[in-house]
Amino acid sequence: MIEVIDLSKHYGDKKAVNNISFKAEDGEVLGFLGPNGAGKSTTMNILTGYISCTSGKALIDGVDILEDPIKAKRSIGYLPEIPPLYTDMTVKEYLYFIYDLKKCKLPKISHLQDICSLVKIDHVYNRLIKNLSKGYRQRVGLAQALVGNPSVLILDEPTVGLDPKQIIEIRSLIKKLGKNHTVILSSHILSEVQAVCDRIVVINEGKVVANDTEENLSHKLTGDNKFLCRIDAGKDMNDDVMRMVKSIDGVDRAFCDAEHKNGIFDIRIEAKEGCEIRYELFEKTAKNGWTMLELKSAEMNLEDIFLRLTMGGSIPDAAAEENEEAIG
Amino acid sequence: MGAVFRREVRSYFTSPIGYIFITAFFAYSGIMFSINSLAGGYAKLDSMFYSLLTIMIVLIPILTMRTIAEEKRTRTDQCLLTAPVSLGGIVLGKFFAAFVVYAAAVSITLVMAVVVSVYGQPDWNVIVGNIVALLLAGGAFIAVGIFCSSLTENQVVAAVMSFIALIAASFMSVIGGLIPAVQEGKWYTDIIGGIKTAFNKLSFSERYYDFTFGIFNFSNVVFFISAAAAFLFLTVRVLEKRRWS
Repeated sequence: MIEVIDLSKHYGDKKAVNNISFKAEDGEVLGFLGPNGAGKSTTMNILTGYISCTSGKALIDGVDILEDPIKAKRSIGYLPEIPPLYTDMTVKEYLYFIYDLKKCKLPKISHLQDICSLVKIDHVYNRLIKNLSKGYRQRVGLAQALVGNPSVLILDEPTVGLDPKQIIEIRSLIKKLGKNHTVILSSHILSEVQAVCDRIVVINEGKVVANDTEENLSHKLTGDNKFLCRIDAGKDMNDDVMRMVKSIDGVDRAFCDAEHKNGIFDIRIEAKEGCEIRYELFEKTAKNGWTMLELKSAEMNLEDIFLRLTMGGSIPDAAAEENEEAIG
Repeated sequence: MGAVFRREVRSYFTSPIGYIFITAFFAYSGIMFSINSLAGGYAKLDSMFYSLLTIMIVLIPILTMRTIAEEKRTRTDQCLLTAPVSLGGIVLGKFFAAFVVYAAAVSITLVMAVVVSVYGQPDWNVIVGNIVALLLAGGAFIAVGIFCSSLTENQVVAAVMSFIALIAASFMSVIGGLIPAVQEGKWYTDIIGGIKTAFNKLSFSERYYDFTFGIFNFSNVVFFISAAAAFLFLTVRVLEKRRWS
């Protein structure tokens, strides 16, 4: 389990990490999402004891990384952004070195063999690391993190430099590992977080801007009661269409998103909580002799959520702001 | 510490540095041995040992320049600093690895002693004393080199810094000697005198040359060991400080 409480890291005046708190339970894969320079790597470096924090606490399995670093580090496997590989060693020598460095108690040869077959580096086992491609280096880095079977895995952009097939393999591996490890994974790749993580922490400018599952985030930002509707109103004007939409019982707000040629309008509708407006909307459209070309829920995907959150939106007000912006 | 030590020793011999260091040391000591002992028919090794200090100042920075600087540059320090080992263990592992390579180079002097003993009657006590002195001074030099390496990410900068630091540490007595003598009885006579003494006492070369004259002074042994310990401690502090800054 990883617990981060009010963690801050200041470099002079710059607040790289500003008072963040979150928790990753056992057997959970936590996605750490944020734009470049948001403080993801800094947080990970603090969690692993590579750098210290200015204030706050980081607990790994209940042990404070600053108070008892050696004990805390024993339960961490860390894959930094740039895999820390000694390129003058072979994969075998390197993993033996890591095994000795971590003072592992597991049977050496079989444990390392297991890891190698898990990350599929058995066939490069006796090759020099400097001769390996970036993808293989990344895998050796991942193997290094797995040595000693630590209960917590911290992976900083684990799939960078891999080809699509490898990415899929590594993702499924991480998912598998997530069943009996606590995993924190950072990424800019949204689909990766979506595919692998149980929960997402979005961080921007050193602050946590969201911490929830993907579905909840999407729901909180947009709700179930927002719709996008495209109507072909023929010769009628925008005002007519809007008047019709607003006349429907249960419509809270409605805005014209875009006006296309030939009287086609995109309308964003927000219904009151628990009101079903779609039937009436459809009937009234037909009654006016217009055609409904499209009606869909305005649910956001992770990409929208990410952009919204990192461009300064926040969860409770995001929905309201969204409509204001849409109008403007 | 064991893992770091083994890796470091290995890396000295998978890169050219270990070989260059030992070859250069062998070559220089061999030349000095030929000139001072073989050519002159001189059954002592003191002048050869005396001259070895110079090559140590040049070669030890090469031996130690990459120890920490390279780790920082390639980010492999992340692997060491996030592993469940103490900083002291990491630094000591690196120190002993460099020391073993250095000791391998110094071992050639034993061969020379054997060669001399075939033709004459060398004083083995003095020779052993000299070898111990060479190891002790080398240990202190290596500690200075590792400290300099911890201050930068650039190997060349580390080498130049330790070269300058070693020259300064070795020839402090020369700097002390440049301070002009002052008249007796002035208020500052004692202060200047104290400074001069301090320079002489802290000079690595003065302490080392004592051994080559056949004087095995225990305070010199303590001096070199404490100098090594002090610089290794400073290295640990530098690494610690980097984590806190």
